[in-house]
Amino acid sequence: MAVWQPEYELMPREQIREDQSKKLRWQVERMYKTVELFRKRMDEKGLKPEDISGVDDLCKLPFSYKQDLRDYYPYGLFAVPMSEIRRVHASSGTTGKQIVVGYTDNDLEMWADCFARMLIAVGADENDFVHVGYGLGLFTGGFGAHDGAVRIGATAIPISAGNTQRQIQTMIDFGSTVLCCTPSYAMYLGEVIEEMGVKDQLKLKAGIFGAEPWTEEMRAQIEEKLGLKAYDIYGLSEIMGPGVSYECEYQCGMHVCEDNFIPEIIDPDTGEVLPEGSQGELVFTTITKEGFPLIRYRTRDICSLNYEQCKCGRTHVRMNKPQGRTDDMLIIRGVNVFPSQIEEVLLNVGGNVTPNYQIIVDRENNTDTFQVNVEMSEALFAEGMKGIEKTTKLISEKLRSTLGIGPKVNLVNPKSIERSEGKAKRVIDKRKLK
Amino acid sequence: MFIKQLSVFVENKHGRLQAIIDKLSENGVNIRALSIADTTDFGILRMIADDNEKAKGVLADAGVISTSTDVIAVYIDDKTGGLAQVLKIVTDAGISIEYMYAFLGRKEGKALMVLKADNEPLAEKVLSENGIALANPDEL
Repeated sequence: MAVWQPEYELMPREQIREDQSKKLRWQVERMYKTVELFRKRMDEKGLKPEDISGVDDLCKLPFSYKQDLRDYYPYGLFAVPMSEIRRVHASSGTTGKQIVVGYTDNDLEMWADCFARMLIAVGADENDFVHVGYGLGLFTGGFGAHDGAVRIGATAIPISAGNTQRQIQTMIDFGSTVLCCTPSYAMYLGEVIEEMGVKDQLKLKAGIFGAEPWTEEMRAQIEEKLGLKAYDIYGLSEIMGPGVSYECEYQCGMHVCEDNFIPEIIDPDTGEVLPEGSQGELVFTTITKEGFPLIRYRTRDICSLNYEQCKCGRTHVRMNKPQGRTDDMLIIRGVNVFPSQIEEVLLNVGGNVTPNYQIIVDRENNTDTFQVNVEMSEALFAEGMKGIEKTTKLISEKLRSTLGIGPKVNLVNPKSIERSEGKAKRVIDKRKLK
Repeated sequence: MFIKQLSVFVENKHGRLQAIIDKLSENGVNIRALSIADTTDFGILRMIADDNEKAKGVLADAGVISTSTDVIAVYIDDKTGGLAQVLKIVTDAGISIEYMYAFLGRKEGKALMVLKADNEPLAEKVLSENGIALANPDEL
């Protein structure tokens, strides 16, 4: 069994706790000095950095939220001068306003090491060709995988996302052995490879798939179609990017890089920490990150943690696949979609469109389908066929440019969108993910 | 002479047309002519009812969206070339037809066409000048 950083990955649990306590004290102390919002929240609770002596005191600390990133956009939560920030990444927010995060040299080193751990765990080394099919850009996926590949000394193929035929030809010509992309894109690649009849020309042995929810059935299909072993990876830009946690060779839950991130499971309503093994909202504290650290960040992902020692020998806690979210965010074809974005588009489209809508998400042939039902109004109908078609086309285009993916817009009867207690049911997610 | 046509929004959903027609029949509305236009996403039912106002009221009560439009109902000779003669008059006057559909006529030897033109008053004028009979609402 190969391990990238045995000193951390195999550290006995008591020692992990000591290490985390030390790092937490350091982080709280420096953030209290440099991050205004954190200091304000500590003061509101009557807390001083010296009140935090270790991991046992973590639960006393104030939470942080996605909204904070918007309120302090762009650099208001950074904990170092911008001269020490070496790179930024961004992700889309609910109302089209993106959030931005920054990394120091040490942060980028740490991130590369976290991704490297996963590559090593799935059997990659310096002889491998890592095919980076995540978008290389402000999105964290591409650079995370790229830096990890470079870190272990493998050959990185930074092909980025899109152009499926070229992806496959490159895999064949360059001899890609490890594929990194979203699971739905992996499914699609598998289908095209099948059509082209080139499976036997591929050298893929492992796939690292993340950034959207996927099922065990999908895993089996991807493994069959691409002839590789498929592994799950978890991450979010706010905390770091891909590699916050990852599956090892045993594919039985994702090891959290606990020397950098402390996970907690809380009751999303009360904020109380739940007993070990409970399902609840996942919260992360970054204890080594310098540029953009967060204390007790509410991920909104619902999952549980398993502290049993893994067969691979790694002592880091395993989180299971997130089972859902506490807010109404949807992940459709790898893209974050908030119902409020759709409402905003409908409100801004003007004229005779009512903001009564319903989102219907389903999955056909392992690809997400996305439909938005909009209620017809008297005034819109009076515009006649041409007017109606012009309006639906406009809605569709605006949604595409706002969300990054285009839904099918369907006009339905007025008042036909189900309302319970006066509040419409906005989302129908028919995808069955286990 | 214009007559009132009702355009009804029909959601693209199984049984939707049936529900609309049932509602009208339950309330004693007689449909004299109808046509359905479909797009990929929804349909528009256009119809001439014996009582336009009543039909509109019945549909509104049932939560169905409809709008009234003025159209022309033209008598044409029920023989080859009958429609062609009428269309020529309209076309020569520079008028475009948005849509048209046939009607259940009550006059022997005559067929009725419902016609929606981009310039309705002009269409009415040129047809009358050329001796083409238009239907009155009370003839329907």
